[in-house]
Amino acid sequence: MSCSSSDDTIGYQAIPKDIEIPQLFSDLLLPPLIPSDNPQTEEGIRLGRELFYEPLLSGDGTQACASCHFSDYSFTEPTRFSTGITGAIGTRNAMPLYNMAWNFEANFLWDGRAKSLEEQVSDPIENVIEMNNTWPNAIATLQATNNYPELFSQAFGTSTITKELVTKAIAQFERTLVSGNSRFDQYLLGDQNAITVSEINGFNIFMDEERGDCFHCHGSNSNPLWTDNIFHNNGLDSFFDDLGLGAITGDPLDNGKFKSPSLRNLAYTSPFMHDGRFETLDEVINHYSEGLVYSETIDPLMKNIAQGGVQLTENEKSDLKAFLLSLSDIGFTTNPEFQNPN
Amino acid sequence: MKMKLLLIIITIGLVSCSSDDEKASDILISVTNSQNWDGENITVSDLGTTEFIDENGEILKIERLRYLISKVILTNSNGDEIEIGSYKLVDLADNNTLNYATNIVIPPGTYTGISFVYGFNEEDNTDQAYPDLNTASWSWPEMLGGGYHFMQLDGTFTSPTNISPLPFNYHNGTARISEGVFEQNFIRVNVDGLSIDSNTNIDIKMNLAEWFKNPKTWDLNLLNTGLMGNYDAQRKMNENGQSVFSVYLGD
Repeated sequence: MSCSSSDDTIGYQAIPKDIEIPQLFSDLLLPPLIPSDNPQTEEGIRLGRELFYEPLLSGDGTQACASCHFSDYSFTEPTRFSTGITGAIGTRNAMPLYNMAWNFEANFLWDGRAKSLEEQVSDPIENVIEMNNTWPNAIATLQATNNYPELFSQAFGTSTITKELVTKAIAQFERTLVSGNSRFDQYLLGDQNAITVSEINGFNIFMDEERGDCFHCHGSNSNPLWTDNIFHNNGLDSFFDDLGLGAITGDPLDNGKFKSPSLRNLAYTSPFMHDGRFETLDEVINHYSEGLVYSETIDPLMKNIAQGGVQLTENEKSDLKAFLLSLSDIGFTTNPEFQNPN
Repeated sequence: MKMKLLLIIITIGLVSCSSDDEKASDILISVTNSQNWDGENITVSDLGTTEFIDENGEILKIERLRYLISKVILTNSNGDEIEIGSYKLVDLADNNTLNYATNIVIPPGTYTGISFVYGFNEEDNTDQAYPDLNTASWSWPEMLGGGYHFMQLDGTFTSPTNISPLPFNYHNGTARISEGVFEQNFIRVNVDGLSIDSNTNIDIKMNLAEWFKNPKTWDLNLLNTGLMGNYDAQRKMNENGQSVFSVYLGD
C-alpha cells in the first residue's frame, strides 16, 4: 500500500480508501476491479477529482474532462457530439461515467479501444478533436503550478508529475463514481412502494424474451449494472459510417458493433446511442420495437427484423419507458463528492 | 451413449498398459470443454463464418455459444466422490473456459465413473446465488423459474423458405409449464468404468449437431427465437441434449 519513494516524501503513505459499494452490488456482483498497481487512496482520489475538473490539461487551458462529462447529466453531456477546444466536433456521443470498476471485460469507450480506465483517461487529452494537447505539455503545465506538485506528492509520494500518475489519479476518482441508488434499486432491496405498477409491468416486458428481451444485453435484477459491457450490433444501420469495434479489431465481423451502455440514469443521459441519434427514450424504444435494420453483423438477439423488431404495443412502450426511468439515481448526479472541488 | 462409453473404456485400457511399470503418483486433473459438429471441431474462428447444415436442412452460422457445466465428479472404486469442479460457464469465445488446469490431485487407480451436470441441478440452480454468473448476465428470468441459463446458442440460419438469414436463439434453462409451475430441465451425464494412471485431461465434448436431430429433428423455421418460455421447445432441447455430450480422457 505504501507509495513509491521520492526525493521529498520518502516513507509517505497515502491513506487507503475503499469504493463505496451499493448493497445490491455487494449482494449480487463480483467485487469491483481495482488494479493492484493503482489502489484507491484518499489523496489519489482527491487529486483525481482536481484533475478531472482541470482545464489546464487541454491545449489552450479551456477544457477539462468535466467539460464533456457533467455530473448533472450522469457525467455525459446533453449534446449529440462534443466540441473540442479548436471547435472541432466529434462523431460519437460522450459516454456517461459510472460503475466503471465493475467493467470486468476491461473494454472502455464505445469501441473498446481502451483496455483499462487508466488507458481511457489518456485518450482525450491528446485527441486533436477533443483537448488537443500533448502529454509533455500537459505535464509541464501541471508541474509549473503551485498546487499540483504537492498534491501528487501526497497521492503518490513524488512531486514529479508524469502521464502515468495523472491517468492513475483520474482513474481513481472515476472509480468512485458509483451509481446504485435508484428507485428500482430500492424496490429490489425490499421497498415494495418504491415503484409503480406501470414500472413493474415495464420490468416484466424488459425480462420477457418475446416482448422486450432487453435483459440479454442490458442486465437484470440479477445484474444491476444494467449492461453486459460487451459489443453488439443493435440494428441501427444497413451500412456503417462508423465501424465501431470493427475499426479496432480489423475484423469485418465486428463492424457496426458498439458496447452496450448501462441503462442507469437514462433520465439524464440523452441523447442516446453511440452517435446520439435518438433524442428521446421513446425513439430508442421505437427503434427496438419497429425500427431494426438488417446488416450482416446484426446480433441474433435482435428479433423479428423483417417486421422491424419486437412490435410492442403503445401501452407496453409506455410501461417499458417508465421502468427504464426508474433506474435513474438523482443522488448520483448531485453527490457533493463528485462535484468541482473549486 | 453406450457406444461412446465403450470407446472410453478401450482408450483408457491402452493408456493403462503404457504406464503399468511406472511408479504410481498422484495425478493432476485438467479439463477441456470442446465443441464439434458431428466430429468436426468447432473453434472461435468458426463463429460467424462457418456454415453448418442441420438435420432438417437449414444452413446455420453460430454467432455465440455459452453453456454451463456443473458438478464434475469422479467416483472411485470405494464409491468415494471427488469433485473436479463445482461449475464452469463455458464460452466458445473465451479460451480460458475451454481449457483449464484444476488444482485437483487424485491418486491413480480405477474410477468407476465420471459424471457431470449440463446446467445446474435443482439444488444448485438457486436464483442470484453466483456473483460471477450474475455479472455475466447468465440468469434465467424469475417468471420462467429463475436460476440460470444452461445454454445460449445464438446464430442465423437460412432455408429454402427463408432465403435471407434469420436469427435463432437456442436458449435452454428451466422449463415453464404454466404461470408459477416449472419443471427441471438439466441433464446429468454419467460415464462409467475409468482407469486413470497419469496426469489426465478430461475432455467434455459437445456435439452441437445433436441439439438439432436426436431424437427430435429440430425445425428452425418453426422454432428459432422466443424459445425460453416455450415449454415444448424446452423439453425437446432436453431430449436432444441427452446425446450431445461425451467424455474422452487423455494426457
